[in-house]
Amino acid sequence: MTEREILRSELRWGAIVAGAAGLIFAVIVVTAAALAIVPPSNVELIDPTTLQREGEFVEENLGTTVGPDGSITARIVATQFAFVPQCVPLPAGKRVTIRFATPDVIHGLIVTGTNVNTMVVPGYVSQIHTVFTTAGDHLMPCHEFCGIGHSEMWGVIRVIPAESWHPDPNGKVRCG
Amino acid sequence: MASINRLTLAHLWVAFVVFAAAAALGAWQMLVRSPLPAPFDAPDTYFAAVTLHGVAMAYVLTTFFIMGFGYFVAETALDRKLPALCAAWVGFALALLGTAMAVITVLLGKATVLYTFYPPLLGNAFFYIGLVLVVVGSWIWAALMIVAMAGWKREYPGRPVPLAMFGTVANAVMWLWTTAGVAVELLFQVIPAALGFKDTIDVGLSRTLFSWTLHAIVYFWLIPAYVGFYTMVPRAAGGRLYSDTMGRLTFILFLIYSLPVGMHHLFMDPEHGAGFKFLQMSMTVLVAVPTLLTVFTIGASLEIAGRVRGGRGLFGWIPALPWKNPTVLATGLAFVMLGFGGFGGIVNMSYGMNAMVHNTSWVTAHFHLIFGGSVVIMYFAIAYEIWPKLVGHQPRSLAPLRAQLWLWFLGIMVMTLPWHMLGLFGQPRRVAIFNYANPQIASWGPWVIVSTIGGFVMLASALLFIWNLAGGHAGAPEPDRHLHYAVAVHPPRRLPAALNGFGLWNALVAVLMLVAYGYPVAQFFWIEAPPAMVHRIGSGG
Repeated sequence: MTEREILRSELRWGAIVAGAAGLIFAVIVVTAAALAIVPPSNVELIDPTTLQREGEFVEENLGTTVGPDGSITARIVATQFAFVPQCVPLPAGKRVTIRFATPDVIHGLIVTGTNVNTMVVPGYVSQIHTVFTTAGDHLMPCHEFCGIGHSEMWGVIRVIPAESWHPDPNGKVRCG
Repeated sequence: MASINRLTLAHLWVAFVVFAAAAALGAWQMLVRSPLPAPFDAPDTYFAAVTLHGVAMAYVLTTFFIMGFGYFVAETALDRKLPALCAAWVGFALALLGTAMAVITVLLGKATVLYTFYPPLLGNAFFYIGLVLVVVGSWIWAALMIVAMAGWKREYPGRPVPLAMFGTVANAVMWLWTTAGVAVELLFQVIPAALGFKDTIDVGLSRTLFSWTLHAIVYFWLIPAYVGFYTMVPRAAGGRLYSDTMGRLTFILFLIYSLPVGMHHLFMDPEHGAGFKFLQMSMTVLVAVPTLLTVFTIGASLEIAGRVRGGRGLFGWIPALPWKNPTVLATGLAFVMLGFGGFGGIVNMSYGMNAMVHNTSWVTAHFHLIFGGSVVIMYFAIAYEIWPKLVGHQPRSLAPLRAQLWLWFLGIMVMTLPWHMLGLFGQPRRVAIFNYANPQIASWGPWVIVSTIGGFVMLASALLFIWNLAGGHAGAPEPDRHLHYAVAVHPPRRLPAALNGFGLWNALVAVLMLVAYGYPVAQFFWIEAPPAMVHRIGSGG
């Protein structure tokens, strides 16, 4: 093999590699754009030391609320070692917004069987928009180590079929 | 020669003893997570063990192996005495002292913060100071690698730096860039808070600085395996390296693209906007390039060897390879694991798909495949390759060496394939105990049990590895104590400066890091995020 032959084979392979990397990049960009998939990136500040006393994350405001305009928002506090409220009802087939904040350390969560996934970092509100497609209870474990009791920290997202979705007169919905 | 052998052996023994102990912890942790009964399954014990396992595997095994192997390469590839041998021993002592400090602090239950130690959870300051000492020891190593190469170039002006040393110095240079992020986090944020000087911490900044280190550190672990691929494997197979230039290009690409990509670990974080996440994702795609180039070049080098040995036809050279040679066997197995692990990695780095798998068992599966699988099996192969040179004796038989490599491969596959599935089911990583009474979690049980079996197969392999090194190298005296590295088909005679040093590439890294991390780090100085209160482990707070 001459050096020229080796170089030619390498350039051919280089073209294949560039094509593969370009294809991977294109698939990621096209799916992200077509399905409007954006990771939670709202950079919204909140003071962890006061969030349980004032503002939208006070206790009576937590859980699921249907606004006057019909928008559906769930507010959840992630704290050592529980989600508050532990069970959050949300309707199937409707666009919902879930907002998380923490007064203490870093937490994270995934709603099993969905792509709802975010870190919860003290100082920031984590916000997710999604549409749930399957009714039933979805587990929501904390997935970042938050202390010795971390393994106990499991919430539930209860996805309710549209026909059984009945907010009370204040727009609140609760599990059970 | 004798003095460098002692230095290398000291480093490798620390690396491998700590590795075997951490493998035992890992197997036990899998038992705790499984539906099977496990002894001592209290959460505090579990998380202390996870902290030790992570620190041991990610920081101690790697750093000591890389330092020891690097010193060996510097002397054998350059055929020149290592400058300032005593400084190398000082680095060894500092890193060993740091390891002891960190391990003892965790054993006392004072630093159960896992090896990523995300604030505002804080352990005892001794833990972090211990980690800093390990890094300082490795900085001495990095400086010595750079000095050794510079000295050789002065002595032989215009000659190409041997590829093994070029790759090693690329890693040393990259490591200095890599550790800058975590060093700033530890020295200016975490340690002052752990010592009690501060009660709050800017966690957005600390996570961003950690992400600076978190991806490139993986390439720090990986590059020695690639040095093995390029400079040992072709010779072990009885052939030549297809292209020396491609090796240099690969190491340069690792230096450039390992660094400005760490924010793909923060896709799911709320303290960064979508723009920089997307930018760093785009650069992450390019990290696949050096690996794909390597698969080609090493594949072509092996083909040369296979054809020299009489292999014919399109694929006939593959069975003709000397698979009984541990280095060749390890390379084949490493490439299989690299294939699976690379596929998983592409899912991880995908801007959208990451949400399905972030912080699930999929991620644990990915890095155990790539690091525990491909990289560590090459650490084994390199150790087997250089051990006769170090101790002066050949192994009594190659069979236990091959058995150990096969066990490791099977263990990794049996452990990580179920983990990938569990990740897709939504099983979170870093959870000690699962409530298998819950029907959904119960359905994960069989997969967890299979993966646990894989973990114990790996433990058996780890112990056999120690036995192979400690007791197995008592065969015939090694006739030639010099390590001979692979020769290229066309060895380079002269090279452009860009392929024989790192000045230009350091400038490029500086520009890329400014673009990729300038704003994401700087934003914390003006967005005025409310700081988090620190939570100290083991002080009731």
